Amino acid sequence: MAETIIFQSLPARPAPVNTEGLVPWVKNNLFANWQSTLTTLIVGGLLLFYIPQFINWAVLTATTVPNADACRAEGVGACWGVITEKYRLIIFGRYPFEEQWRPLVATILMVALLVMSCTRMFWKKWLVAVWIVVLAAFFILMYGGMFGLTEVQTDRWGGLPLTIMLATLSIVLCFPIAICVALGRRSNLPAIRTFCTIYVELIRGVPLISVLFMASFMFPLFMPAGVTIDVLIRVLVGVTLFAAAYMAEVIRGGLQAMPKGQAEAAASLGLSYWQTQFKIILPQALAMVVPGIMNNFIGLFKDTSLVYIVSLYELTGSLGLALNSDADWRPYKLEGYLFIVAIYFAFCFAMSRYSLWIEKQVNKSKLR
Amino acid sequence: MSVAPRTPPAKRDWSWRSQAFRGLLYQIIAVVIIGGVAWWLATNTAENMRVRGIKSGFDFLTQPAGFDIGESLSKFDSNDPYWKAFLIGVSNTLRVAILGIILTTILGTLIGVGRFSRNGLVRGLCQAYVELFRNVPVLLQLLMWYLLFTEFLPDVTEAKRIGDIYLSKGGITFPKPIWETGHLFGVAGLLAGCVVAWFYRRWARSKFEATGQVRSMFWVPVAIVFALGVLGWLVGGAPSQFAVPAKGEFAVEGGGALTPEFMAVLLGLTLYTAAFVAEVVRSGISSVARGQSEAAQALGLSKGQEMQQVLLPQALRVIIPPMTNQFLNLTKNSSLAVAIGYPDVVSISNTALNQTGRAVECIALIMLVYLTTSLLTSFFMNWYNAKSAIKER
Repeated sequence: MAETIIFQSLPARPAPVNTEGLVPWVKNNLFANWQSTLTTLIVGGLLLFYIPQFINWAVLTATTVPNADACRAEGVGACWGVITEKYRLIIFGRYPFEEQWRPLVATILMVALLVMSCTRMFWKKWLVAVWIVVLAAFFILMYGGMFGLTEVQTDRWGGLPLTIMLATLSIVLCFPIAICVALGRRSNLPAIRTFCTIYVELIRGVPLISVLFMASFMFPLFMPAGVTIDVLIRVLVGVTLFAAAYMAEVIRGGLQAMPKGQAEAAASLGLSYWQTQFKIILPQALAMVVPGIMNNFIGLFKDTSLVYIVSLYELTGSLGLALNSDADWRPYKLEGYLFIVAIYFAFCFAMSRYSLWIEKQVNKSKLR
Repeated sequence: MSVAPRTPPAKRDWSWRSQAFRGLLYQIIAVVIIGGVAWWLATNTAENMRVRGIKSGFDFLTQPAGFDIGESLSKFDSNDPYWKAFLIGVSNTLRVAILGIILTTILGTLIGVGRFSRNGLVRGLCQAYVELFRNVPVLLQLLMWYLLFTEFLPDVTEAKRIGDIYLSKGGITFPKPIWETGHLFGVAGLLAGCVVAWFYRRWARSKFEATGQVRSMFWVPVAIVFALGVLGWLVGGAPSQFAVPAKGEFAVEGGGALTPEFMAVLLGLTLYTAAFVAEVVRSGISSVARGQSEAAQALGLSKGQEMQQVLLPQALRVIIPPMTNQFLNLTKNSSLAVAIGYPDVVSISNTALNQTGRAVECIALIMLVYLTTSLLTSFFMNWYNAKSAIKER
């Protein structure tokens, strides 16, 4: 007789381990094994020790009263009073005090234009016209001398408007030069190739500072007697030529990565050299090197701080201008530095985030 | 009915509209324009210099400089000629650049590798470091470090003391071994150690390839070098005299010293460039195909072995060219030292320019120095790159 088989259910299997959510993340990323746990404890301990101290200094015990005596009191942390007192001098430099609404409006216009140019919605033909109008408005507002605005010489321009103006103009101007030089370096014509190679290697071999020295000390010697060119323009030309060499190398990288078949296909369709370059090669090559181009733009923005060494008071220079001569506030220069660090960081960080976005946009054709 | 075969039009070798002729024409135009502009600038310059009575030429290099240099490897006083001042400037530039390159490579690689850490906190910190330091102009960072070193440290008379190291606005002073002939034996020992370690590595590698036995390729050679160095030092009589700094009436005297300018330049450049080097290392490592790291794990390699033996050697090929650029950038950025008064070649040329008015010559000297350094570095790195490239048939 067969044994009766009694059905016995197996014990239930454990539920799958949760891999989503906070607790598993912490377990995997902070306490995965003993090394990781130890690291977490040490690093976390240091952070827990220093961050509250910093917050205490920067926020809790800080003062924003524009009074140096209040900062010298016992137990006061960061003295942001130096910013509330001097912010106009730091942001606008030596621009006449009553007229400072003009650089403010000009800067807002310029930043609005830049934001607009970065937005896909506005990538239309008429954007060029907007650029011309805004640039004209910028210079009229800054320089004055018409529409009842008093004239303000360029040696009194300074601070953030100068930084943004230098960065924007040199970015815009260096790009076409860079494209020509990059094409020239890959040209079949030996003379043109040699000139472009020498230009790029020469500029890339020397520091920006020596180019700026050249623009400010040597350039007046180059001009015929009686011709003087404003130092602002000389420096702008120097920065642009410098940036163009670096940009040309980035673009050349893109050109080199283009398969030869593209140019051959264009030639067999009967396109001329310039048609081939502008309609076939460059659009693809530039899309390939967008990260490099954006990196160069960010570098250029940061490099504008160097004009301070040839006595143009952009953001870095105007901070020195505001604090170096004032014995009361000089001890609180660190707070001033942190203020402009925040400004530079905001611009550069925004540009680097934008770079990620634009990279995705231009490479959409490659996604499937 | 027959159709006469159509013959293609005769191909002429040469015409006014041929590509060859147009190319020649464009080149001639380019040469004429560039030559013309250069000639125009040169004549203007010569004319301006004549009118303003500026003398030209490098003869000023042999005249006494008339200024002192705060820090130099050799003694310099204001009666020494300009050329000596320039050489000291060059040596100061190279000193900060070489030290900076070494430190930035170490720090940058650590941070770049740290972004692949299993620990989330370390990953986050490394990313925060990179974002923070590369988005702030290097000039600003140099100025901030200089401010920290000169304003927030105690005065020289109240120097902070940590062991035998003194920290003050005057810089950092530390005990320095007094040079004796015995040290020479130590150095000889280190050199001998390097040679022995090289032979050991060769032997270990051939053994590994023959038998598959793994021998330490890093710690044992390091131990050999150190052991032989210490041995040499002991043979030389173990000289252990230190010049210990002591707090004097007005200054900390004796021992080795680093000025705040030097420290600010070195620290600023290192921390700034390390952020870029970290990105280069990170992109290099992430360029290695994912299968490589999976294969390493499948072979049972540890995380460290995987990084050292599999990922880094392959990443190196991607890393080297952009790394060269970063080294060159660091060297060129050392010219910003002029902003905080570290006597590098730009700073000294600038002083010379203001004193003699020879703008063309002084700026040409600066450019020459940097061009030479850049070209030499790129030659070296190209050689190294060719060496580490994939060996193809």
